[in-house]
Amino acid sequence: MEVITDKNTVMGMANLEKFSETLQSLAETDKDIIVVTSDSRGSGKLVPFGNRFPKQHIEIGIAEQNLVGVAAGIASAGKKVFAVSPACFLTARSFEQIKNDVAYSDNPVKLIGISAGVSYGALGSTHHSLHDFAALRAVNNIIVAAPADNYETEQAILQASALRQPVYLRFGKKNVPDLPGQIEAPFQFGKGRVIRRGEDIVLIGTGETVQPALEAAEQLAVDNNIDATVVSMHTIKPLDYELLSQLAEMGKPIITVEEHSVYGGLGEACASYLMENNYRNKFKIMGIPDEYTVTGSQNDIFRHYGLSCEGIAAAALKLLQ
Amino acid sequence: MTERELKAKSVEYRKKILKYIYKAKAGHTGGSLSCIDILNVLYNQVLNVGPDNFKSPDRDRYIQSKGHCVEALFVVLADKGFFPESDLETLCQYKSHYIGHPTRKVNGVEQNTGALGHGLPLSVGAAIAARLDEKDYRVFTLLGDGELPEGSNWEAALTASHYKLDNLCAIIDHNKLQITGRTSEVCNTDPIDQKFESFGWAVRHIDGNDVQQLKEAFEAIPFEKDKPSLILAHTVKGKGISYMEDVLKWHHGVPTAEEFEKAQHELDEALTLI
Repeated sequence: MEVITDKNTVMGMANLEKFSETLQSLAETDKDIIVVTSDSRGSGKLVPFGNRFPKQHIEIGIAEQNLVGVAAGIASAGKKVFAVSPACFLTARSFEQIKNDVAYSDNPVKLIGISAGVSYGALGSTHHSLHDFAALRAVNNIIVAAPADNYETEQAILQASALRQPVYLRFGKKNVPDLPGQIEAPFQFGKGRVIRRGEDIVLIGTGETVQPALEAAEQLAVDNNIDATVVSMHTIKPLDYELLSQLAEMGKPIITVEEHSVYGGLGEACASYLMENNYRNKFKIMGIPDEYTVTGSQNDIFRHYGLSCEGIAAAALKLLQ
Repeated sequence: MTERELKAKSVEYRKKILKYIYKAKAGHTGGSLSCIDILNVLYNQVLNVGPDNFKSPDRDRYIQSKGHCVEALFVVLADKGFFPESDLETLCQYKSHYIGHPTRKVNGVEQNTGALGHGLPLSVGAAIAARLDEKDYRVFTLLGDGELPEGSNWEAALTASHYKLDNLCAIIDHNKLQITGRTSEVCNTDPIDQKFESFGWAVRHIDGNDVQQLKEAFEAIPFEKDKPSLILAHTVKGKGISYMEDVLKWHHGVPTAEEFEKAQHELDEALTLI
């Protein structure tokens, strides 16, 4: 599905759909690709996968602890296992299974958190995952990443599949446009992608906040003659310290933007590195504050907390004052 | 092995469990003594697992859900040649791999366990993988009765019967004590057999400290085609040491020098009676 938006951006499919599509392409030639779901094949866009590869699809039912434990057991036999469940349940209810059965036991399960962040919008906090970066950052032996567009999603799935290491990927469910920079900044876990270069301020996003950060940069350029660098920091752990150092050396303000609690996520990860390495400029963490999250759609919530194009641009202007 | 040889092995293992717990001044004494006959029969009679084939994708799997009784596992693995027994001199010491729960840093350990309620889901996964690969290996997991209230066990019990995993065998070390007291008083899980049967398992009760009964039970699995098997192994916590048997404080009690000598003496006596 490709449509042209009013901003002349090529709109892609939802990352979740790209995930499913990529996984099917892998399964065509690799019988070791196994998908494990917790009554989540529909929301995970995996119905076509199940139909095409029924022997490579294990349904667990609504039992997330068991989902991850069983996935770890299957992975222990050498299978390339993708355990798919809403990010909110996968990283909270099965947290101990992720910590012990996957990460500590080094069973290389690929954990796919679907409809992550506030994708479920008005379904409320039970269905939001604003803790997953923070929780999993503190677990040894797991890559934590949030691909921003279809390109990053496809690459993340292809590369994760080839890795004999636990990986957590979170995806939103809305259609997302393609970001620039596929040639100049190819996707690689642990390497942030600079998708726009400017000299006045740095905007670092991850997952579905990269697009509004990029839109904010374009708006700042047109309206305020401010030229922003924009980074897709898809991998939260291991964080790209080399890139952070380069960004710090610019000597300009830095804003991080994430669909996550302001505690323990991208922003604090960047802040701790920058502070330990003598960064002395202005710094702002944008995310969901520590409060009962406002109700509404994902867009409503983004707007309310300033994670929209307008909100990020306003924060940039304030920081530059 | 003959029944007599297996019985002698059990006594030898009990002596070593106590030796290393006494030396480390730490360990789960009562549970290791209650489950050692199960491990003895598994590793010496049932599992096609040894140091030579441990990397083989065709090996049987043994996953110890009640990870805290790791001393029993370590003693048996050392005896099977997975590592020199002298390694156990470092049990629970600084930088030793021989810690208080199973870890894959130790040769022969399938999965890192210790948090309860994890062994059965992992085993279900391994049993599903056998099916996917069309392999004949079997998966065995040892659970404590005290860990049965963990909900993940029941989630996995459902999956095991849903997928008709008759290549899976769970053994419950039913010693009826846990750290706080009687399992029936802490959280009564009886009737365990009916619960598992209603979840679609085939269940058999045995005396889990009787090597012959263990042997016969393992020879009979799967108890029913297309059903996972549960061996409800009735055991005695602290089995084999008169003053430890069915006494709560030996859950993780460490013997004094005098108690240790008495225990070794009792086991030497037991050996002469086999």
